[in-house]
Amino acid sequence: MTEQESPFTKELMQTIFDAIRHCKVLGIKIHSIEGKQLTTRLAYSEQIIGNPVTGVIHGGALTTLLDTTCGISLPIAMEEFTICPTLDLRIDYMSAAKPHQDIFGRAEVYRITKSVVFAKGIAFQEDETKPIAHCVATFMRLPQAVTDSVDAKDYLGNNYDG
Amino acid sequence: MTDKLKQQLTEAIANKDMATLIANIPYATFIGIEGLAIGEDFIFKLPKNDDNLGNPTLPAIHGGVLGGFMETSGALYVMMSSEMLTVPKVVDFSIDYLSPGHHIDSFARCTVVRRGRKIANLSVVAWQTSEDEPIATARAHFLLK
Repeated sequence: MTEQESPFTKELMQTIFDAIRHCKVLGIKIHSIEGKQLTTRLAYSEQIIGNPVTGVIHGGALTTLLDTTCGISLPIAMEEFTICPTLDLRIDYMSAAKPHQDIFGRAEVYRITKSVVFAKGIAFQEDETKPIAHCVATFMRLPQAVTDSVDAKDYLGNNYDG
Repeated sequence: MTDKLKQQLTEAIANKDMATLIANIPYATFIGIEGLAIGEDFIFKLPKNDDNLGNPTLPAIHGGVLGGFMETSGALYVMMSSEMLTVPKVVDFSIDYLSPGHHIDSFARCTVVRRGRKIANLSVVAWQTSEDEPIATARAHFLLK
């Protein structure tokens, strides 16, 4: 599947991304789509610094970057747009990010079952062979009716209120 | 780190003044974390904020923000309980999402499960309406030096 054949073009993915308020606030953009692999870019900014002494971006912003990149890589692999809440996410921090540099997130789905989708990803700066973090995430597949439902709020409210 | 900042943070830890620690972490201020002192312990609060939403039509808090909130709460808790003046490095962080975070205030409580010489293992629980109904649980390892 190439970018041209897939209905999930960079432009469409950016539109989906922009609907996610916090991603827009953080400044995460779609960088590229290659096959099932989605690459995103988190712009460096002073407001998301975690350690003011070193100027390094906070791990929390990386959590959002990787969670969203994994999540948004799902429709590309599944070839349909479905709502899949994150079940769990694990991030291993390999090394500290360099300050004043953007961070890239890259993720792809590696297994789709009837109920669950498994994705994995990395975060890196200038050298993708030396990731600053690795992550794995699982997502729950909801009935297609949820995605199709115009009023998803009511459906989720009735069924997923815990 | 300047001597003035060092002095400020040392005093903040001695006085259990979480607000000063938070004010020195731009990301914590960015998502709006607050620390509430409950006797010797702390509860962390993530006030309702439009900017923290993932899906604005549901609306639900972005899972990543919830993760960031719990991770930051853990780091602040380690700083306070281990008297560290710098934000501890996270070795790994794992979060289980139990139910969607609604567009209301969220809270988190941290527990140090094990504090070794180099690494601390923390458990973090987040909830909204009642502490008995967690919306997410997380565990993390922090480097103490």
